Amino acid sequence: MSTPSSSPAATPAGGRWQRLRDSYLWYSFKRDRGAQLCLATLLALVGMALLAPWLAPTDPYDLAQIDILASELPPFWIDGSDPAYTLGTDAQGRDLWSIILYGTRVSLLIGFGAVLLQALLGVVFGLLAGYLGGRVDALLMRLADIQLSFSTLMVAIVVGAVVKATLGGGFYSDYAILMLILIIGLAEWPQYARTVRASVLAEKRKEYVDAAKVMGLKSRRIMFRHVLPNTLSPIFVISTVQIANAIISEAALSFLGLGMPETHPSLGSLIKAGFDYLQSGAWWITLIPGAFLVVLVLSINLLGDWLRDVMNPRLYKG
Amino acid sequence: MTAQALSHTETPTEPRRQAARPSDQENAPLLEIRGLRKRFDLSGDFLEQLRFKGGRLVRHQEFVHAINGVDLSIRRGEALCVVGESGCGKSTVARTVMGLLSPSAGEIHYDGTRIDDLSPKALLPYRKRMQMIFQNPYASLNPRMTIQQTLEEPIRLHHPDWDRERVTAKVREVMASVGIDPEWGARFGHEFSGGQRQRIAIARALAVDPEFIVADEPISALDVSIQAQVLNLLMDAQQERHLTYLFITHDLAVVEHFGTRVAVMYLGTVCEVAPTRTLFATPRHPYTQALLSAIPRLEDDRPQPIRLTGEVPTPVNLPSGCVFHGRCPHAEARCRREVPRLVAQADGSQVACHGVEEGRL
Repeated sequence: MSTPSSSPAATPAGGRWQRLRDSYLWYSFKRDRGAQLCLATLLALVGMALLAPWLAPTDPYDLAQIDILASELPPFWIDGSDPAYTLGTDAQGRDLWSIILYGTRVSLLIGFGAVLLQALLGVVFGLLAGYLGGRVDALLMRLADIQLSFSTLMVAIVVGAVVKATLGGGFYSDYAILMLILIIGLAEWPQYARTVRASVLAEKRKEYVDAAKVMGLKSRRIMFRHVLPNTLSPIFVISTVQIANAIISEAALSFLGLGMPETHPSLGSLIKAGFDYLQSGAWWITLIPGAFLVVLVLSINLLGDWLRDVMNPRLYKG
Repeated sequence: MTAQALSHTETPTEPRRQAARPSDQENAPLLEIRGLRKRFDLSGDFLEQLRFKGGRLVRHQEFVHAINGVDLSIRRGEALCVVGESGCGKSTVARTVMGLLSPSAGEIHYDGTRIDDLSPKALLPYRKRMQMIFQNPYASLNPRMTIQQTLEEPIRLHHPDWDRERVTAKVREVMASVGIDPEWGARFGHEFSGGQRQRIAIARALAVDPEFIVADEPISALDVSIQAQVLNLLMDAQQERHLTYLFITHDLAVVEHFGTRVAVMYLGTVCEVAPTRTLFATPRHPYTQALLSAIPRLEDDRPQPIRLTGEVPTPVNLPSGCVFHGRCPHAEARCRREVPRLVAQADGSQVACHGVEEGRL
């Protein structure tokens, strides 16, 4: 860095943008074709999901638009296809392209929602455990250990069974998105808590934290205003991986029949719905949503890998 | 071991820089440390402390004795330098005084009030009066905050009633006073050099107009060419703002230049406290003598430096009696048995040495 000149100070917003433009992150992104491709793919998928009501030719949730006689039609490049259904139709006669758009929407919503919940719990618990230490630390980390000893799948099966038994299957279907966000969010918070705790332990020894204490600031303000902003890079990196994980978890749960109902399918429940027709020749009902899921998760994971390489200073390559 | 608790005798020495101060509070110490002890637990939590010994389960604890009964008093307007080699507990004294560590035993009094047992809320008014400057300017500024934010934070905390213009004006004033262009407020810490960062850290300490500053080796991480600038800045600030310093250092040249009084520490105890000139002219304690004779000098006509034998003992297992007895050329049976107390001498210094007390040194 050059010595600061006495030029007029830039506005904070402009300064932030300029800082991003000057950063190693941006530099690395500009010359990494893989990262650019992944981000473009991810943005395209997210855009498609957000714009589903306008992009989709039919509304798959509207029973009046579904024609059961048009079921199991193949995609456009196979003989016997109907030009109205570009990617063919599923067993109920729903347009596959429309339902994939809506399904991607559901998958992303659950993925981001669950990660938001995980991050919220994990960051708060990790920050408290790392900064306060002692008994709070011991208690929260043992809680995390216990939580980690149950797999996500097991938690989902138990919670799903209990909710279905007590409140009925209809209730579960109506609130399936919320239930899945809660289950995946609660099952995976220790990942965040451990990561955050480790970086808090490193940060709280630095002298700027002592300076804040000497100033007389309250612990809460030191934690959230001083320590937390300096632990953001690992949180950022782990978030990408966790979103991909949450989407996969949701797909797995849906595939096992514990997730989204077929009337309101996610990519996972689409794969499951088509699975029964795989042997009877209608492979597209499973494979096309499957391909979307793979591309979505792969682009997030590759982006996360790239981010981890860039943000870990020990891996700097020049 | 706590026999020396009452030895903080006030000796009226000529205060060099106190001349301009009003004389009513002259003799009341601003900060008083009494019988301070701090030990750090090495042995982990309860389960890790359990050991098998001779077929029985026993609880085994180990401590690092960082400070072992320190008595110091700092008068208004003076700069008390604490010197000693690495690991002698000087930084621990500074951090305990500022409340970053809680003492294992002993008391800290600030302006007549005991502050080491106050709640954070009750301590807040004292936080405004005493501030700290840290050793490493690369770690003491929050990397995610601009200089403006860093400097505004203490002012907003301690003056919640000030409006925006007043806070900004204060930040500009304090930045200018440490030689940092007030226009640089929107920049981040990493955009500055080490010396500039330390100036900003000093500005942060001065922002709440404190009267007492603890400086924990504030120049030892800086380039030699910058050290003098920052030291002069601290001295100018002392004159303009009538500051009192507790200055931790291991650089004897800095002590000679900066300090009005010096406390020499060895293995968590104070062995000698004296006005700077007296200490450099006539060191009394054998350790101080060895320390001063180790300063490299140009002239060739003085005797060989005193070479101490052995190593500093580990602070985990403290030696009995005087902590220095294993390396002291004048140690006798009493030194191995009895802990020496700080005793006032005729020349205004205080020495903790049986030999000096008995008149054989």
